[in-house]
Amino acid sequence: MCTDCGCAPPQPEHDHKHDHASRKIRVEENLLAKNQRLAMGNRANFAAYQLFVLNLVSSPGSGKTSILERTLTDLKGKISFSVLEGDQQTDNDAERIAATGVPVKQVNTGAGCHLDAHMVGHGVEDFDLTATDILMIENVGNLVCPASFDLGEDHKVAVLSVTEGEDKPLKYPQMFQAADLMLINKTDLLPYLRFDVEQCKAFARQVNPQLKIIELSCHSGEGVTEWYDWLKAGVASKQRVASST
Amino acid sequence: MGTSTLHELSLTQNLIESAEEHARRENANVITSVTIEIGALSGVMPEAVEFAFEACTKDTLAEGATLEIRRIPALGRCQQCSQECAMESLLDGCSACGSYALDILKGQEMALIELEID
Repeated sequence: MCTDCGCAPPQPEHDHKHDHASRKIRVEENLLAKNQRLAMGNRANFAAYQLFVLNLVSSPGSGKTSILERTLTDLKGKISFSVLEGDQQTDNDAERIAATGVPVKQVNTGAGCHLDAHMVGHGVEDFDLTATDILMIENVGNLVCPASFDLGEDHKVAVLSVTEGEDKPLKYPQMFQAADLMLINKTDLLPYLRFDVEQCKAFARQVNPQLKIIELSCHSGEGVTEWYDWLKAGVASKQRVASST
Repeated sequence: MGTSTLHELSLTQNLIESAEEHARRENANVITSVTIEIGALSGVMPEAVEFAFEACTKDTLAEGATLEIRRIPALGRCQQCSQECAMESLLDGCSACGSYALDILKGQEMALIELEID
């Protein structure tokens, strides 16, 4: 039984019969109301620990885990991370993250195609959040469903690699509209591909004019400094909020 | 689209859970009708919800209930020229000045509106 989110076993059926007439009741409730309520709870919890929380979303294979591996290794001793890994099956990604020495927890969604706020709320229970600056949540590789599920993060970060089509932001507009930052990954492969970076950025900004975009390669290291600076600014903004209250 | 059907499946499960909660609170024995709103920009396919609804209501208070889906057309307001314009998709620009910086006023709804219970 979970006291915070009410994930109790189903209540026994209501077995006595009433003599009611058929009637209408007005509900007007968002279908995601429960997830949103739990996400707000997560957000309040994260704020109490001054955590900078990112929800990494992308297609499968765009390099979310590789970006994390490089980031965690390069920023070791500068920023302390905890990582929640979402996948339908296996803890392969968690093993890769664990090899960097950063606390990690794998959440398997089974048939589910996205993480939700409930899984995240329970997923972070084992982390030492007082010793964490950034919580990275790597969502299930899927550009559709994770767009609709708020986890309590500060920002969704959409990763798109140059081995994919530059029109992905047009094909999956919900996700690129929900994101605040887009990482264009694997830029070291550009000489071998016909991927038009400027066209990709234009498509992304058509869907989301405010979107920030960073081009990087977690293989060559090109562009990673700008990404790290963005992370450091995020951590600093949390600490400023904390010291001003 | 396969993943899209999964998405609607979990939303539909949320919908039925929520409908049952409301119905139990009213001491209802059965839900005969469920009315929902789905906005044109919500990312939810009404047809997929219809399909999932039939499967997911089995052995619930809403088994056999009719599902009414009200489709809400999308409306945006241009951040540049304040023109309000109908939107077909998130890729649309302002009908007056062509800017893509539109605030979405309507069309992202996905809500349980009304239940008929017995």
